[in-house]
Amino acid sequence: MNNERVVLSGKGITRTFGFGKHKFAAVDRVDFAFHESEIISIVGASGSGKTTFAKILLGLLKENAGEIEYLGQKRSLRTQKERKAYWGKIQAIFQDPFASFNQFHRVEKLFRDCIKIRGLKLSKKEAFELMRNACTFVNLKFEELYNKYPFELSGGQMQRLMIARIFLINPSILIADEPTSMIDACSRSTILDMLLKLRKENKMTIVFITHDLGLAYYVSDSILIMSQGRICEQGSAEEVINHPQFEYTKQLLGDVPKLNEEWKLN
Amino acid sequence: MSADTLVVKDLYTHYRTRLQENVYAVSGVTVSLKEGRVLGIAGESGCGKSTLALSLMGFYFPPLHFQSGTIEIGGNDIMKLDYETLRTNYLGREIAYIPQAAMNALNPTKKVGKFIRDVVRVHKGDLSDKEIDRMANERFEQVHLPTRVLKAFPVELSGGMKQRTVIAVSTLLNPKVLIADEPTSALDVTSQKAVIKMMRQLMDDGVVKSMIFITHELPLLYHVAHDIAIMYAGQLVEIGSSHDIVFEAIHPYAHALMGSIIVPEEGLKAHKLSAIPGAPPNLKSKLSGCRFAERCKYATEECRNQEMEEKVVGQRMYRCRFSVDELKEKYAHE
Repeated sequence: MNNERVVLSGKGITRTFGFGKHKFAAVDRVDFAFHESEIISIVGASGSGKTTFAKILLGLLKENAGEIEYLGQKRSLRTQKERKAYWGKIQAIFQDPFASFNQFHRVEKLFRDCIKIRGLKLSKKEAFELMRNACTFVNLKFEELYNKYPFELSGGQMQRLMIARIFLINPSILIADEPTSMIDACSRSTILDMLLKLRKENKMTIVFITHDLGLAYYVSDSILIMSQGRICEQGSAEEVINHPQFEYTKQLLGDVPKLNEEWKLN
Repeated sequence: MSADTLVVKDLYTHYRTRLQENVYAVSGVTVSLKEGRVLGIAGESGCGKSTLALSLMGFYFPPLHFQSGTIEIGGNDIMKLDYETLRTNYLGREIAYIPQAAMNALNPTKKVGKFIRDVVRVHKGDLSDKEIDRMANERFEQVHLPTRVLKAFPVELSGGMKQRTVIAVSTLLNPKVLIADEPTSALDVTSQKAVIKMMRQLMDDGVVKSMIFITHELPLLYHVAHDIAIMYAGQLVEIGSSHDIVFEAIHPYAHALMGSIIVPEEGLKAHKLSAIPGAPPNLKSKLSGCRFAERCKYATEECRNQEMEEKVVGQRMYRCRFSVDELKEKYAHE
């Protein structure tokens, strides 16, 4: 089905919290394989383990069992050097753009840090050129912004700045954890279009985490449905949305208000 | 024809910042709400939806200031009353409000039952604890909320449960008008459905006579509301029945907004989402001309200069210089 090479894959990923009788698995024996330039959506209700799974992928939380492979090599994050190299390859956008920036740094400094993470040695002029490109990519004007602090910008602008940052770092995997849940429907389509453009131009793999099935259907190639830490259904977006197999997926689909169908409230 | 529960005429309200600048958040809103109807209000962030909700409640505390207009609840102009009378006789009894972060509206240090006693006593001082407890029990059973919630602290409840509890508490005194400000935007789809079910039941049982539902989720609004009003930069640009607005919006802004709807249905991937370029105007200055002109594809020089009047065609109102046929022709050419 997918001829691209596998970028990130894992087997039996498990993460438990608590001890004794309070012990429960937030992520329970999850197997996955993400291909190059694929958009994967992870959909589930609150508390189904989506964010924990994302944090494990990012290496912010350690898995209790299972193995993750990056480009066919076993992932190891033991030393600072290994972690730094890994975070140059995998990056994330979070739900709350207001909490994603260092409030004491101007936009220019935030961008310069990204260039540093990428490991480029550029002259001041070249660096400015790159930053300007990043801003044009997300339809912002660099000249207006570079001297501002993050709190001077609106929510939509900040979320776009976040994408500009991803453009600068140019990772091979991007994890987007509910990037559009804090912004309104109108700016939402702009953000989605930018993610699609990133995938097209930079061959980026995007893991899109959301609880909105409509959104997942619009952006992604394949969808994973998560429930209580387990992946209960996976397949291409068309298959999962138009021909759901599992009860839970059907229930989720029934809960979303649609336009051409009666919304059953009983 | 059923009676009007809420009539708003030419409402102007503004915020005053610390630098003594005025931000004209609501300018010239005229809308009426009939018994048994749900009115949905949709629009971008920052267009004045929540300010409108606060204004309708008579909640004028700095920085929000009242400028002009009338708000009639059950035939009485609430702007002629002092706030204390309004609070004891109208809020909660005639008009109730569910704030945006309703989940955080519960008192974390009190059990829900105790909290309800406090709330009810403000509006009806003559009720005993026992009567209030009985009322709360009955209402919770009616809307299928477990009565153990009354003995729980808010931290013990899930997000959806807290939201439903807040709705049950705010409608305990059978208000005529309920204003719900984004009651489901922090919830996932399953809890969202439970909340909507409950609100529908409250309407069907006649506990709440009419409702104003504010959200930016248009597919949701389509199923909840009878009529939809689209708000832009402090003005209502179009009002009509929900089917008309979602499928045949007239105003260019409403039309563009409908292009950003995402629902999981076949054929969604084929159509391209439309985004509206530019940003809404700054409301600090008094604006003249059409407020959407800067972002409108069809705007001409006249749009920028001429003050837009509200036009009524059949069941709907819109605020644009062009006639319905002219606009429909323009959309057909896209």
